[in-house]
Order: sequence, then C-alpha cells, then structure tokens
Amino acid sequence: MRGLIKAAAVAVVGMAVRRLVSPGGGDGRWQRGPLVRRHPRWHVVTVNRSTDDVVRGKRLPEPLAGLGEAVEIRFRRAAGDRGIELAVRLRDGDRSAVIAGIERLSGRDPDQAIRAALREAKQLLETGEVLHPDYPPTTESTAVNRPLQLATRQGRREGRL
Amino acid sequence: MKALVWQGVNEVAVSRVPDPQMRNEQDAIVRVRKTVTCGSDLHLLGGYIPFMQRGDVLGHEFLGEVVEVGPQVRRHKVGDRVVVCSFISCGRCWYCQQELFSLCDNGNTNPAITESAWGFASGGCYGYSHALGGFAGSHAEYIRVPYADQGAFTVPDGVSDERALFASDAAPTGWMGADLGGVKPGDVVAVWGAGAVGQMAARAATLLGAERVIVIDRLDNRLRMAQTHLGVETLNYQTQDVGGELLERSGGRGPDVCIEAVGMESHSSGPQFWYDQIKQQLRLESDRPIAARAAIYHCRKGGSVFLLGVYAGLVDKFPLGALMNKGLTLRGAQQHGHRYIPMLLERMARGELVTEHLATHTMSLDEAPRGYDMFKNKHDGCVRAVFEPAA
Repeated sequence: MRGLIKAAAVAVVGMAVRRLVSPGGGDGRWQRGPLVRRHPRWHVVTVNRSTDDVVRGKRLPEPLAGLGEAVEIRFRRAAGDRGIELAVRLRDGDRSAVIAGIERLSGRDPDQAIRAALREAKQLLETGEVLHPDYPPTTESTAVNRPLQLATRQGRREGRL
Repeated sequence: MKALVWQGVNEVAVSRVPDPQMRNEQDAIVRVRKTVTCGSDLHLLGGYIPFMQRGDVLGHEFLGEVVEVGPQVRRHKVGDRVVVCSFISCGRCWYCQQELFSLCDNGNTNPAITESAWGFASGGCYGYSHALGGFAGSHAEYIRVPYADQGAFTVPDGVSDERALFASDAAPTGWMGADLGGVKPGDVVAVWGAGAVGQMAARAATLLGAERVIVIDRLDNRLRMAQTHLGVETLNYQTQDVGGELLERSGGRGPDVCIEAVGMESHSSGPQFWYDQIKQQLRLESDRPIAARAAIYHCRKGGSVFLLGVYAGLVDKFPLGALMNKGLTLRGAQQHGHRYIPMLLERMARGELVTEHLATHTMSLDEAPRGYDMFKNKHDGCVRAVFEPAA
C-alpha cells in the first residue's frame, strides 16, 4: 500500500510539474510547445461587491496596489449582477513556457504574485480580512510529504486562476 | 494539547500538538466537548486522498464551548455552547449568498490543489487534508474556528450535546441530499448506505413528505437501527434482490429520488467489487462508485440521483448511458450546512430529529485509535465513535 501511495504521490508531482510549465493549466496550450513565447494573459476574479464599493476613493485594495506599475488592472461589472470583475495582467514580458516554468518552480513567477494578490484582494473586499492558515502547524516534515508541503506553500499563488 | 493525528496510511495516534491560535479577527477558539468519526475520514485514513501530512489533526464533526473570540466576532461570546459546521465558509461571497456554502470562494487557504484537480476550488473543511485548507481537525482539546459568526451555531438549551453533535455534519448532509435531490410529498425514496448520513437522509426524506423510504445496506445492525429509530423500510443487498424489491415497492416505476450516502469505498457482493477494488488499489481509478452506479441504474425515468458520499477523483464504468437515456438529474455536493443547521437544531429541540442512537460508542480522546479501528472495521456494531477530549 505504501508503495502505491508513493507512486500516486509521484504521479501527482509529475502532473503538477506538467501544469507548472503549462500556463493554461494542462490543457491544449501544452500542445503548442514549450518554446513558443506567450503573451501575458488576464487573471480574473469576480468580487461579490458593487462597483462603487470597489472603486470608491480610487484606491486599489492593498494587495493589488502592491503590484505597482508592473501590471495592468481592469474593472468590469460582472454579468448577472454578480458584483465586479477584477482583471490583472503583466504589462509586458512575453516568456517561453520553459522560462515561465522555471520561474514558477523557483517561486519567482510574477503570475504567482498576481494570483495571490487577486485572491487576497477579493477576500479583503468581501470579508474584510485575508484568511490565514492555522499556525503553528501540527504537521511534521517527512521525505514523503515534502512535495505536498512545497505545493501548499504556494497555496494562493498557484492554481488555474 | 492532546489531539488525534494522522501518522501515515491506516496509522493514527494521540499526540501532543501546539494549541491553536487566533489567526484572524473573525476567529473563535472552541474547547471541544464532543467530536465524532465520519465515514469520509476513512478515505483520509486509507490514503485515498493523498493530501495528508504526518501530524495532521483529524476530525470535522464536533460541538464545544467558545473560549476565545476575535474582535470582529459579533454573534458569539465566551461560554457559548456551539455546534460548528464542518465546512469553513465566509458567508459573503457569491456562492455563500446563493446558500452553496461548501463552494465558498474564501474558505480554503490552499485553493491551488482542488482548483487544479477539479477545475475550481471548494471551501475549506476542518481536518480534511491540505486539499481543503489544511485546517486542524476537531479530534483535539481545542480548535480554531475561522469565520465564527458564519460557521458556529449556538445550541438551544433544550438540545443535548449528544443530539446536537450531529448537526455539525451528518444531519445537514443527509438533509441536503433529500432537499436538493428534490424529495416531494408522495415520493418513493431509496437511500444507499445506512450509516449516519444515510440515516439522516432517510429521516429528512420522511420529514419532507416521502411516502416510502427504503434504506439499503449490507449491515443488519444498521438496517435494524434505521427501522427502529426512523421507521423506514430496509433492504440488505447481500440477502435480497434490490432491483426486484425496489420495483415491487414502487409499483414497477423505480424510486423517484435515489440518494447515495456511501462514497468512494463502496462495497458490493458481486465481482463488481473486486473489479473496482483492484483498479482502485492500482490507482487506475481513484474511487469505487458501486453504490452510485446502482442508484443511477435503479432510479425511475426522469428521476433524481443525489451523491452525498465523498468522491475524490476519477471513476470507471460510469453509467452515462442510463443517466442520459433515462433523463435523470444527477447532483452532488459537500454539505451546505450553514443553510440547514439552524432549522435542524429547531427540529432537534422539537424532537422531530433524533440522533443519539448514531453514537454507538463514546470514549475519551485517548482511546480514539481504538475508536477508529472499531469504526473502520464495523466491530461491535459501531456506527459512529464519539470522543470526549475532557474525559
């Protein structure tokens, strides 16, 4: 059983690596090849607040403001009265999938910072604070759980957003 | 403090872990009075959900007393006796406002894992792996409760701990299956699984007006419990012809609503079990969907199937043909407990919903490893093992 669990963990890590070098989240983009340069894409969240609530005072929520001039930010009323869409993308910086994947693995991918900032901005606007994980943790580091610890350290910085 | 921690596949132990700390202004700290095993914990125990780490505290169904509140907590104060929904939901995102609380956008601090696996992330859950936020579980002396105003519910004075405990998860999960499964007065409802969730789904179906409710399992003690405490009909799939009986009892139509309360480690008596067991062990499928297949097959034309049992990933031989050609409605969800818990506590206070019989074994937290062994292996008629950290 332990061997199977380890095999499953290896498979998960393999899928994660594939996803890391595939900005679209493991979909058809992978088939375009790892060396093709991609344009930065918009990362978008919908915030369940009115447009007025979000843009009042013309101040961005702190996590987004912290991204500075490196990004473009767009607001749009969400369809179906679902609040406001916040969209962010890098101003420039076309990268190959390989370079992007290396940056992502090393935690220096600017898209990771955008994802985290969007998620945190949404939480601040909707709930008034950013939900923190439990601390101190009760978990122990082992050779088997190291890949999972690596993944959870990137909790809000990764995913399909 | 003391807590029951996951140490590896099928290994749990009571250990000392750090006390929980307030991390947000909307947090509360709850001293756990009762915390109970859940069938879905067995998927974590068995390594079927590969996002556990050594030292993770298990448990998500609990009741306790508030001992500390953050400055933004308005509805609770120190000393309140509360039952806490197993899912962590903010109450303010679009999903929460649609009462789809387990789909909360903000309750999971590790959204990347489930977003990658399922397309979008669900909310967080106590003691349910790092895929659902990595929050410490309730099999401990104390637990941190984020968004306490949303997820903690004061227990009315007339409701005992023993009864209210199941308002945390089993009762709202079961109720959701009947409610979102669309049970209407006069319906014939079949429920696969006579564990606590299946029994609560059967009771909910009765309270929502179903004319016949039939619970299906292989364990006679659980079926007897459903007959005795819920007054429903039962079928033992190991000794009875489920298909024939369901046709006979529904006038040849099949059940209007089929609720599956079994999940990814489903059993059966035929070769189907070995097929799925081998594929699951070889990780050629992650889940054994035997009860789900049966629910789809036996459901009447145009009927409704609701999946309450937990599934993690991919299944094999899924009867899409039956689903499509019979025009079925298939739904499933982790529990949207915040939507039902206040109503369920009222029903508990009125005596309409009783749950005490589900707690077949009560013991101290020190004995929790033995409790899980009994629960997993169904020893001594164990339906649920309840732990009392203060005992």
